[in-house]
Amino acid sequence: MMSSSPLAGAGDGDMESLPLAAASDYASVASTFDPLLSTSPPSPPAPAPAAFPLSRASSSFVDPPSYADVAAASSPRSASSSPATPRSARAAASSYSHIAVSDPETAAEPAATSLVSGSAPTYVSYLVTSAAAHPSARRHAVRRRFRDFVTLADRLADAFRGHFVPPRPDKNTVESQVMQRDEFVAQRRAALERYLCRLAEHPAIGPSDELRVFLQAEGRLPLPTSTDVASRMLDGAARLPRQLLGEDAVAPPQDVVQPAKGGRDLLRIFKELKQSVVTDWGGVKPPLVEEDKEFLEKKQKVQDWEQQLSSASQQAEALVKAQQDMGDTMGALGLAFVKLTKFETEEAMYDSQRIRAVDSKRIATAAVKASRTCRDLNTQTVKYLDTLHEHLGIMLSVHTAFSDRASALLTVQTLMSDLASLQSRIEKLEAASSKVFGGDRTRMRKVEELRETIRATEDAKCCALREYERIKENNKVELSRLDRERREDFLEMLKGYVTSQAAYAEKIVDGWETVAEETSGYGRRSDNMTS
Amino acid sequence: MISAERSQSQSPRSPAAAAAAGAPYLSISVTDPVKMGTGVQSYISYRVITKTNLPEFEGGEKIVIRRYSDFEWLHDRLAEKFKGIFIPPLPEKNAVEKFRFSKEFIELRRQALDLFVNRTASHPELKQSEDLRTFLQADEEKMDRARSYESGMFKKPGDFLQMFKDVQSKVSDVVLGKEKPVEESTPEYEKLKHYIFELENHLAEAQKQAYRLVKRHRELGQSLADFGKAIKLLGACEGDSLEKVFSEVGSKSEMLSIKLQREADNLLFNFEEPLKDYVRAVQSIKATMLDRANAFRQHFDLDQERKYKELNLEKLKFMNPEKFSESEVEFSELKAASEEATKRYEHIVSVMNDELARFQEQKTADIGLAFHEFAKGQAKLAKDIADAWRSVLPKLEACSTS
Repeated sequence: MMSSSPLAGAGDGDMESLPLAAASDYASVASTFDPLLSTSPPSPPAPAPAAFPLSRASSSFVDPPSYADVAAASSPRSASSSPATPRSARAAASSYSHIAVSDPETAAEPAATSLVSGSAPTYVSYLVTSAAAHPSARRHAVRRRFRDFVTLADRLADAFRGHFVPPRPDKNTVESQVMQRDEFVAQRRAALERYLCRLAEHPAIGPSDELRVFLQAEGRLPLPTSTDVASRMLDGAARLPRQLLGEDAVAPPQDVVQPAKGGRDLLRIFKELKQSVVTDWGGVKPPLVEEDKEFLEKKQKVQDWEQQLSSASQQAEALVKAQQDMGDTMGALGLAFVKLTKFETEEAMYDSQRIRAVDSKRIATAAVKASRTCRDLNTQTVKYLDTLHEHLGIMLSVHTAFSDRASALLTVQTLMSDLASLQSRIEKLEAASSKVFGGDRTRMRKVEELRETIRATEDAKCCALREYERIKENNKVELSRLDRERREDFLEMLKGYVTSQAAYAEKIVDGWETVAEETSGYGRRSDNMTS
Repeated sequence: MISAERSQSQSPRSPAAAAAAGAPYLSISVTDPVKMGTGVQSYISYRVITKTNLPEFEGGEKIVIRRYSDFEWLHDRLAEKFKGIFIPPLPEKNAVEKFRFSKEFIELRRQALDLFVNRTASHPELKQSEDLRTFLQADEEKMDRARSYESGMFKKPGDFLQMFKDVQSKVSDVVLGKEKPVEESTPEYEKLKHYIFELENHLAEAQKQAYRLVKRHRELGQSLADFGKAIKLLGACEGDSLEKVFSEVGSKSEMLSIKLQREADNLLFNFEEPLKDYVRAVQSIKATMLDRANAFRQHFDLDQERKYKELNLEKLKFMNPEKFSESEVEFSELKAASEEATKRYEHIVSVMNDELARFQEQKTADIGLAFHEFAKGQAKLAKDIADAWRSVLPKLEACSTS
């Protein structure tokens, strides 16, 4: 709103340069948005990617950067311009020295069944470029669509139980309909890039095969897709009869390692559900409990922290909005005085009008400058306070890791009570059979079968126990990593916030003090009411 | 209590010093607003204190109780009797109910009323008004009587603001010549009319933004306070050394929130209100322009009538001698009225010229002061912000190295 109206006739270079300066400010911010503008372009075709970032940059000339754009600008690569911050140290230790998501392209669905005549369903694919962190690594470039990212996320969730796996960007099905297409795609692109960078920085996930395959395997993604829950349930329902009739009664040990709920083993789901009910409501002490007091304390602390974090995140949003509004209104005020100045200058019939025009011009200039500074500050504030929102996202992965632990424990408990009941059945059978003279062949055969089952179940229990311990260890390691990173991140956030606030304030003090000085003559004449 | 310097209605020397020096002084202050009555009937009463040694007044010090409609009465009397002069503006009559008795509103109104009375008493013509003396000295009963008597005579179309709204549209029509083709039009006066109308628009816009700016300060202050609290709570979760530094940051936030609220008040009284006052002053000029247009029409119409009658009279002299003497009397009455109307019009024109010069001078000073206060306030606020955050930075630095 400030940059569009030219000031004809005001005659002062000072005023006329203001709108142009505003444009160049935005240009410099715009160039940090898209990585393609700051890094050397990879092998894929250049013209198509170039069109995309430029169209976004030109829209920034008129509007201030949107929240999403600024959030993207705080991705590791652009943040690492300030040396030796904990964040940049983490980015430097990443398993990949370069990751970028770019070049969104629309393609038609392969097996297109158009529900609406005349429009084939389409999807967007992104170019994912990367280079591993060792010196001689070559650049890779693959095409991936959002669904592939979902697959990656699901595979990682399965493979890294107990770890704090960075949460993937939301599906946002509602927003994708409501938002402007370009804006939505831009937002998503930035979020996906950030997601991959966080994955690469994770000490366990960064070096993983799943990530490597995602980043490097050309063509279609060779990770098994996760089908939706409904079809899984159907699949499981097909196997249920066999399970009930005893043929599939024992799950193969390695399957036990997977959580029941995601799998096809309906029988196991039922059993574990029953076990958890017994544990929670039956008042029966389960065979194994969460004994680690340290963990329980930690869990409580995490929950308290999350509550405060959520509230702080909300307040930060409100603060950013208030700052934005302040900048906008100051700008509007400046503009009103610009117009008044022009008017008084043009229509001057008295000398005093010219004096007033000079005064109002001083105010206008100071106000417009303060407004721009305020908006620049807000960009910084958004960037720093984003730490709050990001850590809220991390809380999600913490919850997932804790529930991985809980479900692993439940599996162990279920198997243990299975064992217990099998054992008691054997005892009953043996007791009954001993009463029959010469032994009871049917019963003895049954006992043998049960002993077999017990052996298999013991194996499964050992697997489950190992898995549980593994997850516990992961939790512990991750919790201490989170503690450390949280302290680092929050200190950095506060430092950044405080520094930018101080810098902004210092910048505008001079402007206002000058105007106060220039108008101090009026201040001395305080009795302006008597003639 | 916010006291802008403008609210102090002091003559250059204190009354006591002036009295000692034997020089004439007149000092008026509108003070001590008190809510009277209950419910819908409630209103604010003010104490008006007059200290003077001028002979026209009844003694050294007089204190009377007045309410808004009394001020309105005075304003209307002045407008009626002193055509051509820009009557000092009153604050708006109506206010949204819930805002009506807020501390700020009451104080703003008190200041505006104080300004009104003092400007009137300082104006070389207006200060001689008998109505002013009545207003300053009459006891409440007499005041009530005067007021109700006048309101019968004046057919006021509702409140002040409404009247101005009518005036505005009327002025646009009449002054800008939409109603009738007859109107005075010199290039200079045209320019002036255009200037005044445009000026009001620009000022109104500036005042609107100034009011919004006040609100923004309050909003930012509130969100800073909330944010500070949240940061403190986060620190409490964290514990040990981090807790201290979080708490510092939170406290600074809360402290700055208070400063923002104070600056909001400062802006309201010393920047936004003067702008509003400026707008009101321009509206007062528009009212005078309406008077001028009416006076012009009267003068013009009577003048036309006189010329027409004069011609007829000549004819009548020869054609109908009996009717002639009757008509001659009528004619001389008409002539007198026409001359009267012309004199009135010309008086308004000359008075307006002086008033305009005065207005320009005065407004430059008033608005210059407002600008000064605005800049001063913003500079101080920014400095406080910078100081607060700079003071906390070393502690933050210390934490990250440990």
